[in-house]
Amino acid sequence: MKNLLEAQNLKAYYRLVGGTQIKAVDGVTLELRPNEVLGIAGESGCGKSTLAAVVSLTHNPPLNVVDGQVTANGFDLLTLPKEEARREIKGKYISVVPQGAMNALNPTTRIQSFAIDMLREHHPEMTKQEAINLARARLQELSLPERVLTSYPHELSGGMRQRTVIVLSTLLNPRVLIADEPTSALDVSSQKAVIRLLMTLLDEQIISSIAFITHELPLLRQVADRIAIMYAGKLVEVGTMEEIIFQPQHPYTRALMGSMLVPERQVRERRVEGIPGVPPDLKDPPAGCRFHPRCAQRIDWCTQEEPPSKTVGDRTIWCWLMH
Amino acid sequence: MVLANALNNSKKQRQPLLQVENLTKVFGSGKHEVVAVEDVSFEIYPGEIISLLGESGSGKTTTARMILRLSQPTRGRILFNGRDIQTMKGIDYWRQVQAIFQDPFSSFNSFYSVHSFLSKAFRLKGNHVSKAQQRALMEESMEKVGLNAEELLFKRPHELSGGQRQRLMIARALLISPELLIADEPTSMIDASSRVGILNMLMELSRDLGMSIMFITHDIGLAYYTSDRLLIMNKGRIVERGPSVEVVENPTNEYTRRLLADVPTLSKKWAL
Repeated sequence: MKNLLEAQNLKAYYRLVGGTQIKAVDGVTLELRPNEVLGIAGESGCGKSTLAAVVSLTHNPPLNVVDGQVTANGFDLLTLPKEEARREIKGKYISVVPQGAMNALNPTTRIQSFAIDMLREHHPEMTKQEAINLARARLQELSLPERVLTSYPHELSGGMRQRTVIVLSTLLNPRVLIADEPTSALDVSSQKAVIRLLMTLLDEQIISSIAFITHELPLLRQVADRIAIMYAGKLVEVGTMEEIIFQPQHPYTRALMGSMLVPERQVRERRVEGIPGVPPDLKDPPAGCRFHPRCAQRIDWCTQEEPPSKTVGDRTIWCWLMH
Repeated sequence: MVLANALNNSKKQRQPLLQVENLTKVFGSGKHEVVAVEDVSFEIYPGEIISLLGESGSGKTTTARMILRLSQPTRGRILFNGRDIQTMKGIDYWRQVQAIFQDPFSSFNSFYSVHSFLSKAFRLKGNHVSKAQQRALMEESMEKVGLNAEELLFKRPHELSGGQRQRLMIARALLISPELLIADEPTSMIDASSRVGILNMLMELSRDLGMSIMFITHDIGLAYYTSDRLLIMNKGRIVERGPSVEVVENPTNEYTRRLLADVPTLSKKWAL
C-alpha cells in the first residue's frame, strides 16, 4: 500500500532578524505508512514539533521550508495553493493535535461551537444542528459523555479536554492524525485514557495512522509500531519499536534509552547515566555528525563528514560506526 | 539497597530531622471549603532521601509549601530537630531548609549575573563572609554541581540552558549548606539526557554531605530511582508508605496499584 504521508529531504529553518537561520529540521526523509503508529522522539529542540508543523501545513513565518518535498494523497503539499490545502488536506486528510491543544479551546464558547466551525468549514451546507448531531454520535461511538458538547472548556478536566479535542479533530475521518505531545501535561491515568482513545480511533478505522510525537520513549514502547529518533534537526535512527527500544544501535539512541527512568528493578540496581553536554546550537550546528561532540564512540570521520544512511530491513541508521 | 537497609537499622536510634504531625490544610470556608492536605504525618531522617509522590491535586506541593513555611498549616505541626518551625525565626529555619523548584526559567531575575544571583545567598548566612571568601565558596559550590565557574560566573540567565539553570539553583542551595533540601519536581522541565545527571548529582551530594532530600514529584520512575522511601499521596492523604522497592513491587493500596499499572514501563505492554 502507498504511504500516507512522505517527507523528502525536508529542510525547515526559522529565520531570525538579521538573517541568521535556525536549522530546526535539516534534511529529514521519513514516511508514514498505512495502519501504523509512528513515534517521533527526541529531546526538546531536536526539531520534532517543527517537523510536525510542516507536514501538517500549520507552519508560519518565521519558520520557512527552504528545501524538500512533502507529499500526501497525491498532492505536493508545499506547492499546493492555500485554499486547496484547506479544502482537501487540512482536517480532512491530515488532522493535527498540536502541543497544548487542550488549553487552546476558546474559553468563552461551548465545546460544540468548535465542532460546528470545524464541520461547516468543510461542509458549508451543513446546519448547526446536523453538525452537533454528528459530533454527538461520534462521542457516543467512542463512549465519551455527550455533555462535553454543551460544556465550557473550564468545566472539563485536562484529560477530558484533550480527549474531546482529539475526537473533534477526527470528525472528518482523516487518514492521518499528527499528535504532538498529546499526553505530556496529563496524569498517568488520564494519559492512559488518551492512549486508549487513540487506539480505538485506529481500531474503528476512523483514522488510519498516527504520527505520535513525544519525548517519552516508554510511552512509545506501548503504542508505536515504528519509531524515528531525531537529534539536532536530523534523524539518527528509524526502526521498528522492538529495534529501537530493545536493540538500539545509534550511540544517541542507546544513550537516550539508557537514561530512561522507569519504575523497574533494572533501573534501581544500576547507576543510570545521562548524556554529558547539551545539544548543539542549531544556528551553527557542528560539522559532520551532529551528535559527535557528545558521543563517547566517535571516530575521526564523525567530526568531518555527515554520516550517510544505512538501511537493513526496517531499520535505517545514520552513523559512521555502521559503515 | 544497602543504603536503604542501613538507614532502616539506624533509624531506630537516630532522631528524625523533620517531623510532620497531623498536618492539615484547608482552603476557603463553608461551602467552598477544600481540604488540600488531611492529617498527614511522616518524618525525614538525617541523610535520607524520600519522595512524596502524587498526581496533580494530591496535595503534595501544598505539603511542601507548609514545610517551607510558605504557607500556614490549618492544623498540625512541623518539628525540625525537635523544634516547632513556627516558633523559629524565618532566617534561622531557611539556613537549614532550602528548596529548588520546577521551573528553572522563572526562578531567576534576568538582569542579574550568576555571580550576583549566588552572592545573594550570603545574606542568609549570619556571619560576615569576605568578598574573596565568597568567590571561593561560589566556585566550590558550582564545581560540586558540575558547572564551570570560570566560564559561567558572569553570564546572565538567558545564556544558560535549563539544565545549567537547575544546577545553579542547586549550587545556590548548597552555599547555604542546608540539612534538608526540598526538590519540587526539579527535573520535569529538563530533558531526559540531562535529567539523570542532575539526579545522580543530588544523590551524591546527599551521600557526601549527609543532606536529606525530599522530592515532591509525580514521576514514579524518578522517585523509585532516587529514594530510600516513598510516600504516596492521593486526595490530600498519604495512602501508602514504605521502602521504594517494596512499594513499587508489592503495592498494597488500591490507588498505588492503579497508579503503577498506568505508568508506561519497558518490560510490559499495556493491554488496552
